[in-house]
Amino acid sequence: MTSEKTQIKTVAPESAPKRENQGEVEPLRVPPLDLSPDPADQDDPSEPSMSKNKSDDNQSRSEPSPDQVEDGGEKRGRLSRLRFSKKRDMPGGLWLRCESCSKTIYRKDLDDKVRVCPACSFHFTLPGKQRVASILDEGTWKESFGNIEALDRLEFVENAAYCDKIDRAVKRTGQKEAFLVGTGRVEGREIVLGVLDFSFMGGSMGEVVGEKISLAIEIAEERNLPVVLFTSSGGARMHEGALSLMQMAKTSASLARFNKRGGFSICVMTHPTTGGVTASFASVCDIILAEPGALIGFAGPRVIATTIKQELPPGFQRAEFLIQKGMLDAIVPRNEMRRRIASLVDFGQGARAAAKAKRELI
Amino acid sequence: MSKSKNGSSSGLPFEAPIREIEDRIAELESLSASTRLDISSEIEALRARLESQVESTYSDLSAWDRVTVARHPMRPVTSDYITEMLDEFFELHGDKYYGDDRALVTGLASMEGRKFMLVAHRKGRNTAERVECNFGCAHPEGYRKAMRKMKLAAKLGLPIVTLINTPGAYPGIAAEERGQAMAIAENILGMFDIAVPIICVIIGEGGSGGALGIGIGDRVLMMEYAYYSVISPEGCAAILWKDGERSPDAAEALKLTADSLISLGIVDEMIPEPTGGAHRNPAIATASLKEALLRNLDELSAIPLQELLDTRFEKFRKISHIEGRFPTVADAAAS
Repeated sequence: MTSEKTQIKTVAPESAPKRENQGEVEPLRVPPLDLSPDPADQDDPSEPSMSKNKSDDNQSRSEPSPDQVEDGGEKRGRLSRLRFSKKRDMPGGLWLRCESCSKTIYRKDLDDKVRVCPACSFHFTLPGKQRVASILDEGTWKESFGNIEALDRLEFVENAAYCDKIDRAVKRTGQKEAFLVGTGRVEGREIVLGVLDFSFMGGSMGEVVGEKISLAIEIAEERNLPVVLFTSSGGARMHEGALSLMQMAKTSASLARFNKRGGFSICVMTHPTTGGVTASFASVCDIILAEPGALIGFAGPRVIATTIKQELPPGFQRAEFLIQKGMLDAIVPRNEMRRRIASLVDFGQGARAAAKAKRELI
Repeated sequence: MSKSKNGSSSGLPFEAPIREIEDRIAELESLSASTRLDISSEIEALRARLESQVESTYSDLSAWDRVTVARHPMRPVTSDYITEMLDEFFELHGDKYYGDDRALVTGLASMEGRKFMLVAHRKGRNTAERVECNFGCAHPEGYRKAMRKMKLAAKLGLPIVTLINTPGAYPGIAAEERGQAMAIAENILGMFDIAVPIICVIIGEGGSGGALGIGIGDRVLMMEYAYYSVISPEGCAAILWKDGERSPDAAEALKLTADSLISLGIVDEMIPEPTGGAHRNPAIATASLKEALLRNLDELSAIPLQELLDTRFEKFRKISHIEGRFPTVADAAAS
């Protein structure tokens, strides 16, 4: 199954008057971009449960989506804004406001820059298909396992049934689940590409996502290709309970075997990557990259703020913070990502031979 | 809190009818002592009633009730099992990089002639201990210490027993700075390559990634009133309903009890607890855990290591799979 490169659908008429981005231009008419898929679908990163605070009233305001970016472009700190905007992105809107620098941006300018803010270089979350298009050579993407669907095995009850949420996410994104896997070429080099899509239920990892990550690794093993995984996720999918937790184990099992056989894996953590995704396969790939300004962590900032009862330091849990703490190999801007991956793939070509040689040594 | 006659103490809400009888017994006993009246037959009758009340209360616990039992302050914790169950224990401290996390205890253990490495969450018994070990919430150095000792175990050919009892890995600034997610991920990945038998037992709270960080094993066992979940019921209720009061509903929805997890294929075996929970009779709970550990240690030690590792991989690669639901790489190649 091949999926087309997807463009962001902008219905901007050619003659749209281009406003200058100066000052505060009628902010009310410029709906802020909403990264969370649907207010009703806010699924939290489920890590970690801090049940020692037996009355979690403070925590009960936790939002699913990890917090608002405060300083993606190091332009201004905005620590008080600890949530994504609840308002929906207006599908046909010509303008939107940068969630980092608050400048009003012409949507087409944003799209032309693959959703990097023209004013402050904040890297907006990129929907899965656009990510694929931004990395692979045109027309080379062959998607696999695109038809696996989620099941409501726990018959999870809440205000809206889990199946309904899935249905809505499927309709909205045109894909069956939050993870896309397939093969394609990066500047001519064949890779297995997996993309965890935040626009589908917050990129949360349930059974299907976990299975497809394992399958991505296994295709790479089978075909002797490197695997490149992009993550953006709130963590494990709460609606599948402990089944979701087990996906951390499952994906790691596949990666452990892949490593033993000389597989080469690259993970690119993009905004936001938290919870059970950070605490499993994403953090144990051979090379770990991040996009600038990406929020990356185990516990969400709000959970931490609640636990320690104080405001978090500026830039906490951003890619720039993580690299300083030694948790990342490099930060790579979106417009250099394709080139960088191509180069890394070249460096990894000897992995399998090295693994074989090592086995013979022992 | 004070421990009363029958081991109950801390006021689990659903134990109200039990407490009522216990209080009555205590009252009669003190009356009998002070007046020398012979009311032993009344007391005996009440004791019988108490027993049947405990039995009937515990025969019908909700998921949330079970969570409260799992968190009961008098419930046996790692230090109790070390003292009561092991013949010898020598603690090995420190991750040799940063520090010695008191929320995770590791060391050399022997029990009925079997030697193994113990890796266990530590919650503490009194307030000072609980604070010292962050109520069982480990930091990255705890997980790194655990991995270091598990590698040592593999080198020495010692099987590993992990006792899981944590609300979750610690969510704090320092934990994030030192790579909480990375430490847990490294453990999950690393445990697939530890070439000795691993038995994991959830003895109380199995809180998400913090539990899984020492939770990859050839056998995953669970005490009868323990819970194991992707998120705490409070956290789940907060997200779904913005209402911590609805934790009982969340507990129900999450299917976090031993029987649910066994039927989902996530847990292999439930270790029975005495009627009324381990806190009511720690000795029976300890004997029950010991029996399960000895039996599983003996079974696993008979399996060749390569087979053990392959089976462990398969167990988690296909965990709780519904037969035929997912295609394989071969299927994809064929299409």
